[in-house]
This record gives sequence, C-alpha cells and structure tokens, in this order.
Amino acid sequence: MTQSKTNETLALDMRGIVKEFPGVLANDDVDFTLCQGEIHALLGENGAGKSTLMNVLSGLYRPEAGEIYLYGEKVELHSPRDAIDAGIGMVHQHFMLVPTLSVAENVVLGDPSVSYIINYEELDKQIGDIAEQFGLDIDPKAKIWQLSVGEQQRVEILKMLYQGAKILILDEPTAVLTPQEVTELFKTLREMTASGRSVIFISHKLDEVLEISDRVTVLRRGKVSAEVVSAETTKAGLAKTMVGREVIFRIEKKQSEPGGVVLEIDKVNALNDRGLPALRNLSLSIRSGEVVGIAGVAGNGQTELAAVINGMREVESGRILLNGVDITNKPATISIDAGMAYIPADRTGVGSAPSLSVEDNVIMKAYRKPPLSHGWSLDLKEIARYATDLVKRFNVKTPSIKTQSRLLSGGNLQKMILARELSREPVAITAVYPSRGLDAGATEDVHERLIEERDRGAAIFLVSEDLDELLSLSDRIAVIYEGQIVGEVPPDDDRIEEIGLLMAGTAVASSSPAAG
Amino acid sequence: MEAASLVFIINIIGAGLRTGTPLLFATTGELLTERSGVLNLGVEGMMLVGALAGFAVSYNTGNPWVGVLAGMLAGGVLSQLHAFVTVTLRGDQVVSGLALTFVGRGLTAVLGAPYVQIRDIPTLPTISLPFLESIPIIGPLILFPLFGNQNVVVWLGFLLTPFVAFYIARTRSGLNLRAVGEYPAAVDAVGMSVAKLRYFYIFIGGVLAGLAGAALSLAITPLWIEDMTAGQGWIAVGLVIFAQWNPWRAALGAYIFGALRRLPLDLQSVPWLPFASNPILGVWLSMIPYLFTIVALMLTSNARSRKRMGTPAALGIPYVRGERGL
Repeated sequence: MTQSKTNETLALDMRGIVKEFPGVLANDDVDFTLCQGEIHALLGENGAGKSTLMNVLSGLYRPEAGEIYLYGEKVELHSPRDAIDAGIGMVHQHFMLVPTLSVAENVVLGDPSVSYIINYEELDKQIGDIAEQFGLDIDPKAKIWQLSVGEQQRVEILKMLYQGAKILILDEPTAVLTPQEVTELFKTLREMTASGRSVIFISHKLDEVLEISDRVTVLRRGKVSAEVVSAETTKAGLAKTMVGREVIFRIEKKQSEPGGVVLEIDKVNALNDRGLPALRNLSLSIRSGEVVGIAGVAGNGQTELAAVINGMREVESGRILLNGVDITNKPATISIDAGMAYIPADRTGVGSAPSLSVEDNVIMKAYRKPPLSHGWSLDLKEIARYATDLVKRFNVKTPSIKTQSRLLSGGNLQKMILARELSREPVAITAVYPSRGLDAGATEDVHERLIEERDRGAAIFLVSEDLDELLSLSDRIAVIYEGQIVGEVPPDDDRIEEIGLLMAGTAVASSSPAAG
Repeated sequence: MEAASLVFIINIIGAGLRTGTPLLFATTGELLTERSGVLNLGVEGMMLVGALAGFAVSYNTGNPWVGVLAGMLAGGVLSQLHAFVTVTLRGDQVVSGLALTFVGRGLTAVLGAPYVQIRDIPTLPTISLPFLESIPIIGPLILFPLFGNQNVVVWLGFLLTPFVAFYIARTRSGLNLRAVGEYPAAVDAVGMSVAKLRYFYIFIGGVLAGLAGAALSLAITPLWIEDMTAGQGWIAVGLVIFAQWNPWRAALGAYIFGALRRLPLDLQSVPWLPFASNPILGVWLSMIPYLFTIVALMLTSNARSRKRMGTPAALGIPYVRGERGL
C-alpha cells in the first residue's frame, strides 16, 4: 500500500498510539485505520484497551506517543472540543445526556452558534427537522428521563450528527438494547455509512460484530492481535485471536455422579423488597456433585431464592438445610461456616467492597480463623502470602494485591470473587448470573471453575438468564415462575422450546421430572 | 378596625420587602451556585465580609456605591477559596463551606473592631415616589406604604429575580448551568470546562452574598457590629431548598422570612394580642426561621425527598472525569 493512496482513502489513521496508566500499559503501539463509509469493529476482552484507544481519539486522554491523521492531515486532539471540531463523535456506554433537559437542549448543549437567548420554538423545530432528515424518530421536546434506553441512544447519535460528526464511535452500543432496538440501530448505522460517514463499533459480542462490520480489529492486552475482513472470518477464528487460544463455546464435562442431598429447600415462602410474595412454597433439593440450573424470566423470584439460601433475606415460612444443618433465618456466618459459597449477581455491591484492596477482599471469609488471625490480631504476613497465592491460582490480573478492587475489570473482579469463594472448598455454591457482562475468555474461565467444583463434589445452584449457559453447565434445569418451580427439564438442546414455555408460565406443569 | 388591620398587614409586608432584600440576594446567589452542582455553606461568612467591606469602604471613601462594589468583590474573593478547595482539590463541600463561614466571622470580628462605634456613614439612598399617593384608593392605602419610600437595594432586588429566572430558563449560559449541575459529564463531553463553570457560579454566589451583606450594613440597618448577619446566611441556605432551586420561589421565601424577622416586634405593639403582655412569646416567633432552616437541611439529606424536590443531581459531588458520569 503506497503512502499517497492511503491518504486518499482513509478517514482515520492512528499510528503507534501508546497510552499508559499507573501500572498498566493500556495501549501499546496500536495502529488503527478507518476507511470512509466503513463500519470498522474494535473487538477485545474487557480491559484489552478498546475504550482507552477511543478515549484518545475523542480527546479525553492524551497519548504518550503516536500520531493521528484525519483524511490525510495530522491532527492534535487536546480536548473533547478539538475532537468534535475535527468531526469525531463518540456515543459513550453511559450516555452523556442530562436527564432533566429536553432532547433539543441536549443536542445543542455546548454549541456556541445557538443564539444567546434561546428561541425554543425555533430550536425544537430545527432539531425535529434534523432528526427527520436522518430518519431518527425522536420528539425534540421530550425530556431525556422520559425516554427508553434505545431512544436515548438515538438522541446521542443525533447529537453527534448535529455536531457535524463524520466519524462516529459507538462504545458497546448494543449492551443495553433489546433485540428489536439492535435491528433498528444497525439500520441507522448502515444509513450513516451510505451517506459517507464512517463508524467505529466497539463490542465484545462476536455475532454482532460479524453481522454489522466490514472489518474487525482485535485488541489483546493493549496490542493489535489481528486485523481482518469480516466476511473472511468466523466466530471461532475471532474468538481465538481475541483470547489468544481456542475458545470452547460449549464446555465439555463428564457425566455427573451425584451423591447425597446437600442443600434442601423445603416449602419456603419469602417476600420481595416491596413486601409482595416472591417465593411460594418453593421446594428444591440439590445433591453433591451436580449443577442445578434455575431458568426463568427475571423477577420471578430467582434472586430472592439465592438471597434466602445465603441468609441475606428472611424466610416467612419453610426450612433450608445445608448438610442437615438448619440455616433458616440464621446469620450469613452460619451458612458460611457450614460450607456455603455465594457468587452474587451484584459484584460491586454484594460480592466485594470496591474501595478495599484485593487482599482485603479475598480474605473476607477466612480472616476470622488461623492461620490468618490469632485471637484479635491479624497476621499480615500470612494474609499477604495467602492473597498472593490466590491471585496467582485464580489468575486475577491486578497490579498488586494492595490495589483497590474497584480498579479491576469486570472479569478480574469476578475471578477475585471466585478466588475467595472457591478456595474454601465449599460444600454448596450459589452462583447468580456468574458470567453476566464478562467476555468470552472470562466466561470460559468461570464455567471451568464451576465444573471443577462440581467434580470435586460440591452442590451447585446456578441462576442465569443465559439459556446457553444453563444448558452447558447444568445437570438438571428447574424452571421458576412466579415464585414456584413449575417444572424440571434435562439440559437438552431439543427441550429449549419446552423450557421457554415453562418460563412464560403457559406450559402444563406435567413435564416429566428428570430422574437422575 | 378594618382599616387599621389592613394598615397593619401592609406595614408588615412593606417591612418584609425591606428586611427580606438581603436574604433575597444571598438566596439567589446560593441558588445559582447550587444549580452548578456546588453546595456552599459559607454564605454567612461571605455576607459578613461583604457587610464589613461595604461599611468600611463607604466610610473611608464617602461613596456608598463604591462601598457596595467593595462588598460584592469581598464576597466574591472569599468564595474563590471554596472554589479552589471543592473544584480544584475536590475537597468536601460541607467542610469547606463551614470553614468559609468561620473565616468570614473571625476575619470581620478582628478587622471590624474599629468600626463598631461609627454610626454616621454615607448610606444608600431611599427612592421616594410621592406620585403613588395620588393614585385613587389603592395609592394611599397599598402602593405608597409598600413602594413609596423603599431603599434603592429593594428595587435592585425586584429587578434581580426576573433577570435570574430568565437567565436560567432561556439563555445559553442558563442551559450550561442547568446541565453542569445535573450531569457534568455531558458538559465535559461536549468540550466545555466543568471547572470553569463551577468557579464562575461559586464567584457569582459570593458576589451576591457580599451584596447582601453590603445591603444590610449600608441600607437596611446602617451600622457595623460583630456577627450582624445573625444567621441570615444560614436561612438563605435553607431558603434555596424551600425554593426548590426556583428563583421566583426564592424571592417569595426571602420576603416571607424578611417579614417573619420583623413580626415579633410588630406584634408586640398590638394591644389585643398576647404578645404585648408576654414578650417571651415573641422570642418563640423569632425562632421560626432558624427551625425552618434545620428542617430544610434535613429534607435535602434524604435521598428520596431530594429527587422529588428537584435537587440538582450532581449537588455536592466533585466532578472527576471518567468516574461514572456524575
């Protein structure tokens, strides 16, 4: 490729970008190009450096080294304003919209060309016209808080177009959308590129990337690990370059060998946060060496069930036994001492103390006893040794064990929680949405660890929204609907439809309870 | 009897407009600061600094208007200490604001000592409107007692509220102000400086608190004594909450509380009310503004009532780029 030709066709050319944070080289000599009219996906695991690279491009971060060329011309982007003036618009993962302001106000915010005394009638009309011109269906007078997430995203896109963006960056735009809204978004993006604009699409969802993009650049640990044409690659190939090894989409496991009943839930009734019945006479037993998956539409009592088992929610009536010990309405310490491990859905609110160090977080369930403490004094040397060992064993990527856990990426935070919970060799494990928000590599890691625990003989109670995950990990799938177990189905791909009907509460509850 | 009670009520309202004017300035200033997302509990200190600077400069130059400018500048300068601590250093806004009040009180107690005995200084003029009396019926009965002999600062207050209301709701600067107090990350993302905006509105809050102090020492009660604001800065902080961050409601609240400050005195002069015979009851009335301030501050500390009352979402939270928006 000759220099002159490159300059003619490229909308954007980033060369040798280096960005360093304390302890982390987030971008290490990254090259990235974008042709005019192209949708170029930026793919990578959590913490691979995608957002950092785009924040450099949108003027939020100053790179330590590297050059940026727009349409062949070298530019210096010192601030978001510079980037906007250069025609770069970024739709952030967390929308940059003021909830109490109207759509039109948000779109023109910061634009000095609007008359100082704002004529709202004129403004609303102008913004409405622009929205219509781009085929975005939005009411300019509506307040942001009144809009759905998908509509808010359209406002963000409209804002970028209003600012004259020729290059649109979308950071994980589909993470918050329903499938219908995703289809709508993709249509909009194709219209954008048809009118000569270029799109950078950040994601870690492989299917989506293959569907929407022309080219894919894969980042791994701050470096470009591949740049491919989307039409010439496969999901498995992308996953391999992203993670650095083969990724198994369906975990391989041996037949389970269940032993005696470990966790017994007997006719439990409990209320939700609003004081309404969440669990109704729910009974379920889990044996050692098996994974029981709970399938259900969110809000049918699965999170309450997990909380009840772990002593974090009161039971109105009924009993919960762990290895024969009654843990009903007992403090969480009782079930912890009886060998219960809890991997909660809320990793920063329940699963960890974000402003404490990794070290403090991993000892949280073990520090009361020797060797970590003697009487009232902590053995700091022993604690450091213990934490260092866990970080290594569970492959938690952290600058040091003294680092605050809030600074970890989602996948590493979950690994840290797994380290604390699983290192104690629990007899029973509650895992709620264990892979939610994690990339392929981290998800695989979590799955393998859970199956290892099963094979060791733990009883595993798994709550998930992801049917693939349930089918892959579970030995039995119980479906919850309105606080009751309405059926039990073996984890068989052919039975998905049946599971779906049970989840919707429409199936006859006579589905055969799977024996063994 | 009918006419007498009407005169009595009109007199109270007239006094409310007068004594409420410093409160109006201070409340409007704090309202603007809080709309930008910064809580400044140093209003009392900035008012005192403004009152003393106004008094001293007016005495030494012989020109009360130069005094007013000095008072505004003094309040504005002191406010920048709060801006530096809360915006640049991202310190705790409550602690810094309290410190500001202590600085203001201590500084004025020391520097103001030589001025305590002085009574005869050039003050701000009263505007006489004798023609109001010639308007039939309502002229002599209502208009003239209310507006006929008000100080120039009272008229300044009348102009300030509509101006600020228009500024917030209809101008581009007002839009930026509303945005930075609700979601500063959005302001940052479109390339405006959150820090500059907040410095500016902390300064404006200081200038208006200084004006409130100068209005007090040069017009409403033209003298200087230690702690002469007597907690009005705190009432202003409470009034912002009562006003739900709306300048019109702030003006209403300021005038009501102005009247409340005068009410105990007025009621004691009415022979048929128990206040005349028992002055202790008047003391209870005087407590109302302060009690109200405590209740108002309790309300804002509750997350649920915050949301309902339209508290600026980013109020009290330092802005750090990249940390989840707010």
